[in-house]
Amino acid sequence: MQTKRSTYQNRWLPYLLLAPQLAITLVFFIWPASQAVKSSFERTDAFGFNTSFVGLANYARVLADPSYLNALGRTAIFAISVTALSMSLALLLAVCVNRVLKSARFYTTLLVWPYAVAPVVAGVLWWFLFNPTIGLLPHILDWFGIHWNHRVSGTQAMILITIAAAWKQISYNFLFFLAGLQSVPHSLIEAAAIDGATPFKRFWTIVFPLLSPTTFFLMIININYVMFDTFGVIDATTAGGPGQATMTLVYKVYTDGVAGLNIGSSSAQSVILMAIVILLTFIQFRYVERRVNY
Amino acid sequence: MASITLEGLKKTYAGNVQAVKGIDLAIEDGEFVVLVGPSGCGKSTLLRMVAGLETISEGTLKIGERVVNGLEPADRDIAMVFQNYALYPHMTVYNNLAYGLKNRGFKKPEIEARVRNAAKMLEIEEFLIRKPRQLSGGQRQRVAMGRALVREPAAFLFDEPLSNLDAKLRVQMRVEIRKLQRRLKTTSLYVTHDQLEAMTLGDRLVVLNAGQIEQVGTPMEIYARPASMFVASFIGSPSMNMVPLAYLKTQGQSTLLDDLPPDTDTVGIRPDDLRLTPPEAIHLTVEATLELYEAAGAESHLYVQLIGSKQPTVIRVSGQPPVKEGETLRFYVTRQALHPFDSASGKRTD
Repeated sequence: MQTKRSTYQNRWLPYLLLAPQLAITLVFFIWPASQAVKSSFERTDAFGFNTSFVGLANYARVLADPSYLNALGRTAIFAISVTALSMSLALLLAVCVNRVLKSARFYTTLLVWPYAVAPVVAGVLWWFLFNPTIGLLPHILDWFGIHWNHRVSGTQAMILITIAAAWKQISYNFLFFLAGLQSVPHSLIEAAAIDGATPFKRFWTIVFPLLSPTTFFLMIININYVMFDTFGVIDATTAGGPGQATMTLVYKVYTDGVAGLNIGSSSAQSVILMAIVILLTFIQFRYVERRVNY
Repeated sequence: MASITLEGLKKTYAGNVQAVKGIDLAIEDGEFVVLVGPSGCGKSTLLRMVAGLETISEGTLKIGERVVNGLEPADRDIAMVFQNYALYPHMTVYNNLAYGLKNRGFKKPEIEARVRNAAKMLEIEEFLIRKPRQLSGGQRQRVAMGRALVREPAAFLFDEPLSNLDAKLRVQMRVEIRKLQRRLKTTSLYVTHDQLEAMTLGDRLVVLNAGQIEQVGTPMEIYARPASMFVASFIGSPSMNMVPLAYLKTQGQSTLLDDLPPDTDTVGIRPDDLRLTPPEAIHLTVEATLELYEAAGAESHLYVQLIGSKQPTVIRVSGQPPVKEGETLRFYVTRQALHPFDSASGKRTD
């Protein structure tokens, strides 16, 4: 790719124009991230007076901690179920909207709204809907003989945060899938129709394979979303409970660091989390992308 | 293989827009029929109606003895070659050819045999393991043809299949399509806006204009006796000159023009029927100023303005005659070369 080289009269102007973005990245990412890396090798006493270098002790302790390993397992389940749920529903909605001609824009606008809702607000919304005392859904579930109380049942709490987190991400996935569907040439579908493929078969043998770049991209984005951005949803609905049933990695970083004041352990955890996400993204690009049709 | 019969076929879109206004046409078994017309004349819509990709608003469509109006494209026993080829980009050439057979539940050895056979016929055997994006335009075109012929359908439908190729390849593929159709004897319906492609490919041409048939006939019938001014100017290149009869009469040869039918007010003359040397047969003479001399190798095009008329006229002569731009020239045309038209109705009068 060729990019046009801009020339500036004043040689400091380009740096000045870049400065705001660089400052923000530096202050809100590079600095805290390097602080986290630094403090992951340190131990601070309870009052914050003494800080000593402890090498990899924090990492060793975290990785030997059963509650951390539990959180790791739960995060994996959470990530897979949120990604699967939000992507499959988004694809279904995109296929439906792609079929309607008249009101496609109207539906698109409506379906994008949840994305504008802050994660905490989304969490509160589902918290109300599923509230065992005043919520509408537990009341309805009671008719089917399902007793809903996510404050007691860990599984139900997990289902609750999965639904809440997936709901928020559907809009984003939907937009990308819709754009992907619209870029599949219509003549391919017509050719497949003449070739005797049923609409169902046309979708799975022609359209879905051609969507694979979009699907791949969304998979990475969704897993990253679940790993980092679901903090608000969990905090507003279950706060990691009951017990530790919805304690994901990112939420544990917060509980141990901010609530438990164990900065060393919390920093080590956040460094591990970062490493996991980088590794996952690398693996996805390395091995999954090969199977993608561009 | 089968005949295709169109009876009063109409297509009306929402808002009462008529794209196809009642087409009657009988295509015989094994015949190669070309639908030709300018863009927006409804030729592609008509083809898509035959394919089943557009619904039929009115009329009856038969393939063989079967009325297929309500049938899905897959059940009509037709194959189509699209303008952009519509190859499945994620499948190998082999799978592109096999896809339609697999969907119809053919057994593996049968699929293999048919794909190999089609690939051999089209000389694309070495590309079977490649993906469409690794092929050139001409090779993609062959794969698209192969996908149509492995199925051994009752009819081939072609939707401007050569318009994405460069001029040289277009001529080459045109010849191959014609040869292939001769060999397979499969009924074919071919859409194009290119009159030369239409003339050279078709057993019969159907000239369409504004959703209606202007004329049906063999290429030479249509060329020799265009039924309307539209057909006259559409078929043949450069297009036929239209000269007002009143102008010719002022040129002092009115006795020759007396036997023209009474409604005639315009006379069509093909660019190659205006000669620089007087023929032996009885003829008319016109004088014109040469405005532009276009030498094109084996032939030349002379763009002239008739003296005493604003009518731009083009003349085709073989070779390069020794004339200069700005010169006044005399042209001769025989009585037999005149095509009389009535400009009000646009129809031929004799």
